[in-house]
Amino acid sequence: MPIADRVAVRLRVNGEEVAVMVPPYKTLLEVLREDLGLTGTKHGCELGECSTCGVLVDGRPYLSCLAMPLDLEGREITTVEGMADGSEPDPLQVAFAELGAAQCGYCTPAMLLTARALLDHDPHPTRDAIKEALSGVLCRCTGYLKIFEAVELAASRGRRHG
Amino acid sequence: MLPAPFEYHAAKSMDEALGLLDTLGEDAKILAGGQSLIPLLKLRFASPAHLVDINGIKELDFIEEGDGTLRIGPLFRHKAAERSSLLASRYHVMADAAPQIADPIIRNRGTIAGSVAHADPSGDWGTVLLALDAELVLRSKSGSRTVKARDFFSGPFSTVLEPTEVLSEIRIPAARPQTGGAYLKLERKVGDFATVAVAVHLQMDGGKVGSAGIGLTAVGPQNIKAEQAEAALRGARLDDATIKEAAALAADAAEPKADHRGSVEYKRNVVRVFTERGLKRAYERARGGG
Ligand SMILES: Cc1cc2nc3c(=O)[nH]c(=O)nc-3n(C[C@H](O)[C@H](O)[C@H](O)COP(=O)(O)OP(=O)(O)OC[C@H]3O[C@@H](n4cnc5c(N)ncnc54)[C@H](O)[C@@H]3O)c2cc1C
Ligand code: FES
Ligand code: FES
Repeated sequence: MPIADRVAVRLRVNGEEVAVMVPPYKTLLEVLREDLGLTGTKHGCELGECSTCGVLVDGRPYLSCLAMPLDLEGREITTVEGMADGSEPDPLQVAFAELGAAQCGYCTPAMLLTARALLDHDPHPTRDAIKEALSGVLCRCTGYLKIFEAVELAASRGRRHG
Repeated sequence: MLPAPFEYHAAKSMDEALGLLDTLGEDAKILAGGQSLIPLLKLRFASPAHLVDINGIKELDFIEEGDGTLRIGPLFRHKAAERSSLLASRYHVMADAAPQIADPIIRNRGTIAGSVAHADPSGDWGTVLLALDAELVLRSKSGSRTVKARDFFSGPFSTVLEPTEVLSEIRIPAARPQTGGAYLKLERKVGDFATVAVAVHLQMDGGKVGSAGIGLTAVGPQNIKAEQAEAALRGARLDDATIKEAAALAADAAEPKADHRGSVEYKRNVVRVFTERGLKRAYERARGGG
């Protein structure tokens, strides 16, 4: 077994270029949380089952626990910390807060990002399309209903700048 | 949870990937979507010293139909299959299976070839390829060989792939007119592996079955090709009696084990019922219906 040296990784996270020295076997999840201090991304199962670690890569949801950072150089990574525009939260964040769509909040970052990817691609999704898009993200608290309603509320209000 | 340390190689071309595999042999693993490999590394079921990442080789992401063959590249992902209008129009068994693989987030990343190479007996794509009578091109630095899907799997999580080989292309006989297929999967919840699934692919020839492919998921040590059921259909008219007979033969071909998902009898019966339904749906589609 070789002792793998640290390698330099250049990532684009929430619109900023960052460079870190990390062991190549760390997944994006640990690099985001431990090396970049972005602890909004949660670790749950770490095996692909729960999706609490979900982030966006070029606007599409990816599981950060199953992604290798070196493979994502040059791609645009978005975490929940990158959703707000300065001090103005994303309409999804507002709707989640208003409707109580977060309870313990553990699934919330991935729910928000996955819902953002959905709305960017389909601004007025049906309830079924919302259920399908969020189906991988497990929530043990809310029973999902408030989450679906919050996505619908945000969709009805349109984009922040639109 | 971290994998055991490994060295990471981002291959920029197929030749580079093959060269690395040739030098590193058993110490190396290909990284495609990572949706099966990375969990295995974290659980320390595998601890290769080197990962050869092929995601940077953009030309490996292809689907093309021509010269009587549908060709699929190693980076063609589940999501692309789900969205493909070509598959939706003429390769129904693939179009049916794609949205039933894992959940939408995993489908953004996982590949068909990776799934087949992983050879999980509960994986869906191997079964689909068995029904379609696909061939797999296995390439190494020293050359390439083509094996039938039915000769590819050699047990749970094992295949005839050598450590120096890459599954470089999946070849499926191009769908002709009067082709229909279906994939039926029973799962406990969205994103789960199959309790049982059945793949059906029919090529009609006038009023009779020209050829039929039937694959079974999660009811044996590997994906199963129900060859006796296929033989019983060949040249037959698809009446109720023929469908029942073929479904019974498919159920006989299953070798399920009892587990928390169901008993042996239950699973075998699901194979029978799904084969009947799958044949009817495939026939309907072969005649131009839903
Ligand atoms: C929670 C969860 C649920 C899932 N549910 C399902 C399901 O319902 N049905 C299903 O079928 N699958 C399911 N999967 C597995 C998923 O489909 C994977 O994407 C797939 O099995 C592996 O594809 P990959 O591209 O991610 O391969 P990787 O994980 O990158 O690789 C898997 C294996 O194949 C090898 N490999 C990959 N590509 C090649 C190649 N071109 N040549 C040679 N070797 C190669 C790798 O070295 C590795 O050994 C699930 C996975 C998870 C985590
Ligand atoms: S932590 Fe990544 S899927 Fe559970
Ligand atoms: S709010 Fe607790 S897991 Fe979803």
